[in-house]
Amino acid sequence: MSSDSASRRLPVLLCIVASLMLTIAPAPDWAEAYRPDWVPLTLIYWSMLLPRTYSVGWAWVIGLIVDVAQGTLFGQHALALVLIIYIAVKFHLQIRVFPMLQMTATVFALIALYQFILFWINGVAGINAPAATYWGPVVTSTLIWPLLSMVFGGIRYSTRGRS
Amino acid sequence: MVAARFERSHRAPHARALGLRFSLLAGLSILLLVVDHRDNHLDTVRKAIGATVYPLRVVVDAPVSAWRWISETTTSRSDLQSDNDRLNIERLLTRARLQQFAALEAENSRLLAMLDATKRVRNQVRVAKIMSVSSDPFRHVLVIDKGSRDGVYDGQAMIDDRGVVGQIVKTGLLSSQGILISDPDHALHVELNRNGLRTVALGTGKHDLLNLPFLTNNADIEVDDLLVTSGLGGAFPAGYPVAIVTLVIRNPQEPFAEVTARPIAALNQVRELMLIWNDAGDSDKEAIQDE
Repeated sequence: MSSDSASRRLPVLLCIVASLMLTIAPAPDWAEAYRPDWVPLTLIYWSMLLPRTYSVGWAWVIGLIVDVAQGTLFGQHALALVLIIYIAVKFHLQIRVFPMLQMTATVFALIALYQFILFWINGVAGINAPAATYWGPVVTSTLIWPLLSMVFGGIRYSTRGRS
Repeated sequence: MVAARFERSHRAPHARALGLRFSLLAGLSILLLVVDHRDNHLDTVRKAIGATVYPLRVVVDAPVSAWRWISETTTSRSDLQSDNDRLNIERLLTRARLQQFAALEAENSRLLAMLDATKRVRNQVRVAKIMSVSSDPFRHVLVIDKGSRDGVYDGQAMIDDRGVVGQIVKTGLLSSQGILISDPDHALHVELNRNGLRTVALGTGKHDLLNLPFLTNNADIEVDDLLVTSGLGGAFPAGYPVAIVTLVIRNPQEPFAEVTARPIAALNQVRELMLIWNDAGDSDKEAIQDE
C-alpha cells in the first residue's frame, strides 16, 4: 500500500494545486462574483473518497494558503474549510454512495455553509457586503460539481489502472 | 473497497480522533482570526506562506505575460515607427513643460523659504507590475512584483500615470499586497485643489466611486472639483490627484451633504503602477505640528 501511495498521491496533489491556481487566476470584473469555489469542491471530493489521507488537517493548511493568497483575515478560509471537510469526512460513507442529484444537493449545502461562514466572519470583522452577492459562487459551484466529479473520477480510474 | 473495509474496522477511534482534530483546528483558526484582526503579529507567518504561493502566481500569470510578449515581439515595423514618432512628440512636449516646472519649483521653494515653511522633497518613484488582483469581489486588493527586497514598506503609496491608486498593506519578500483607494476599508485624506478644503475620501467597493461623507451642507464644493492628496497622515505625499467630484446633493434636513467622486486613476485597468518613496514623512509631521 505504501509503495503505490506516492503515485496515487501525486494526481490528487496536482488537483489541489490546480484548484488553488484557478482561485487566484485573473478574471474580468463581472466574472469575479461568479467564480466557483474550486478549493472546497476539490477537497470535498478527495476527502470523501480518501478520508484517511485528506482530512481536516489538509483542509486547514490549504485554507491558510487561500487566506494568504486572497489577502483575507488569517484563518477565515481555514475555519470554513475545516468545518465543511469535517462534515464531508464524518458522513463520507453515506455521501459517496448517493446518486448524482442527491450528491449535488449535498455539495450545494456544504458550499452554502462555507460561504455563510466567510460572510459571518466578514460581518464580525466589519467588512460589510450585501448578503445576496455571496450566492453567486454557491450557484456556480453546484452547477459545476457534476462535471468536476466526472473529471476527478476519470483521474482516479486512470491512476488506478496504471498501478 | 480494501480501503473501506480497513476503515470500518478502525472506525471508532478514527471518528473520535476526527472530532478532536476538528475542534482543535477550528479553535486554532478562531484564535488566528482574533489575533490577526487585533494586530499584525502574524506577518512573518504570512510571509512564509506567501513565499509558497509565489510560484503559483508566476505560473498563473505565465499565459498572460507570454501573450503580451508575443504581441510585443510581432508588432509590425510601421506600428513601431508611428509609436516612436508619437512618443518623441510626447517627450518633446513633456520636456517643454518640465522646463517651466523647474522654474516654478525654484520659485515655490523660494516662496516657501520666505514663509519659513518646510521644503517639499522630491519623491523617488519606481515602476512595479501587478501580478494579480483579489478574487474576492468585496476587497480591492492587488499583488505587485516588488517586495521588501526592493525596499517596499508597509503604507507606501501607489500611483499610476494619472493619479493615486492605493497603498501597500502587506510587504512580502518578493511581492507585496496593496489596497486600492476604492476598497471599503480604505480612507484617504484629501483636499480640494480649488480652495484647500480638507476632508476624507472613503472607498465604496466600486471601482469608479468614492464617498465623501464628512462635508457639511454649506461646504464650498462643486461638481468637477479636483481632489488631491493633502499629505497629512504621512502615507501619501501631498499634491497627487485623487478624484473628481461627480455628485453633490445638499439636503437641508441632513447635517451632511451627500458627495461622491470618481477616481482619476484607472483602478481596474492598471497593469503597471508606480511606487513612491515618501522622504517627506518627517516634514509632514512637522507641518501638522505647526498648524
